[in-house]
Amino acid sequence: MSEKEIKNLEEIFEARIARDEKIEPKDWMPEKYRQTHIRQISQHAHSEIVGMLPEGNWITRAPSLRRKVALLAKVQDEAGHGLYLYSACETLGISRDEMYEQLHSGKAKYSSIFNYPTITWADIGAIGWLVDGAAIINQVPLCNTSFGPYARAMVRVCKEESFHQRQGFEIMLTLCRGTEKQKAMAQDALNRWWWPALMMLGPTDAESVHTEQSMKWKLKRKSNDELRQQFIDQTVPQADILGITMPDPDLKWNEETGHYDFGEIDWDEFWQVVKGHGPMNKERMKARVGAWERGEWVRDAAMAFAEKNEQRKIAKSS
Amino acid sequence: MSENKKNWPLWEIFVRSKNGLEHRHFGSLHAADADMALENARDVYTRRNEGVSIWVVESKNITASNPEHNAEMFEPAKDKIYRHPTFYDLPDEVKHM
Ligand SMILES: [Fe+2]
Ligand SMILES: [Fe+2]
Ligand SMILES: [Fe+2]
Repeated sequence: MSEKEIKNLEEIFEARIARDEKIEPKDWMPEKYRQTHIRQISQHAHSEIVGMLPEGNWITRAPSLRRKVALLAKVQDEAGHGLYLYSACETLGISRDEMYEQLHSGKAKYSSIFNYPTITWADIGAIGWLVDGAAIINQVPLCNTSFGPYARAMVRVCKEESFHQRQGFEIMLTLCRGTEKQKAMAQDALNRWWWPALMMLGPTDAESVHTEQSMKWKLKRKSNDELRQQFIDQTVPQADILGITMPDPDLKWNEETGHYDFGEIDWDEFWQVVKGHGPMNKERMKARVGAWERGEWVRDAAMAFAEKNEQRKIAKSS
Repeated sequence: MSENKKNWPLWEIFVRSKNGLEHRHFGSLHAADADMALENARDVYTRRNEGVSIWVVESKNITASNPEHNAEMFEPAKDKIYRHPTFYDLPDEVKHM
């Protein structure tokens, strides 16, 4: 194809997206669109998968059967989210194994929030409330993104997320209405998760690279800073209901803007964690790669069994 | 990893959400065989009663039309407006038609 022909195709392609048409896997697409989507969707999938680890840490120690079944169901949902997203990503021509390989080798990133430890039961409440809360803010606009399989996966994900956030908030509420000690536990979890949750919405607009292109392709509909403000505005009143306070002395309602003003985010910490120096990066990868390696014989045995059965069927019918 | 190691193949999953509706494509997953694909499909795609029936088809067995040929494929139907009831001029007095 000549350069002029490609340029022409690109224009037709951008116009389709501008008209709100969806792009499906076999449609022609610019190489950059394909690569950007492979990167974003696979990283999103990795985040769902690694995101199971901090919460999985508490399944066996959940304080009641009610909490245990809820947490188990929530973690299972996250596995499901990872699988919807891997399957959407594979339609772009990358194999599941390549994606795993990128995750396990450290080439692909996942959300930095999952590199923090879950040291008390209150952390499970804080994660559902804040981390799933921030994830919802990120994900709702993606239900209308231009790539069909991604948009469809996001619709399913978003339907399931609200249970996650509510179960988290309920854990926090129970602790906050409990003993002094329990309430202190909830406050401590908020203190540790608040800033990382704000960082989860991505670097500030001034520092974020792909925004303009991503807006065009509807991979983004609002900027990171707008999403962060939305998250803060909706979360602060929820903390008031719990009766605990955000660890930010500069946080206060601004009558003029109609939004909360908030303090400086420690972006050095964010970049440190992204680069692999967070408190749990090594631990997470060790758990993930270990599970994959220890599962190898199971995968091989299942394949051998399937092949044997297939041959048996052929022998019978001939 | 052994030389001729085979990965679990990819399966397309179709779910009937309730009787009276058709099976609809829900997504795909990997499984060693059809039975496992059915079980995994139940866990991945119907955790909240989204289905009453599941079909699994190994992805390699699906033949798909090529969107680049959409013109030859679908446009011939476009100008055949006589296939639609509104093409036919009838007086207003004619009822129930
Ligand atoms: Fe999720
Ligand atoms: Fe998520
Ligand atoms: Fe979630």
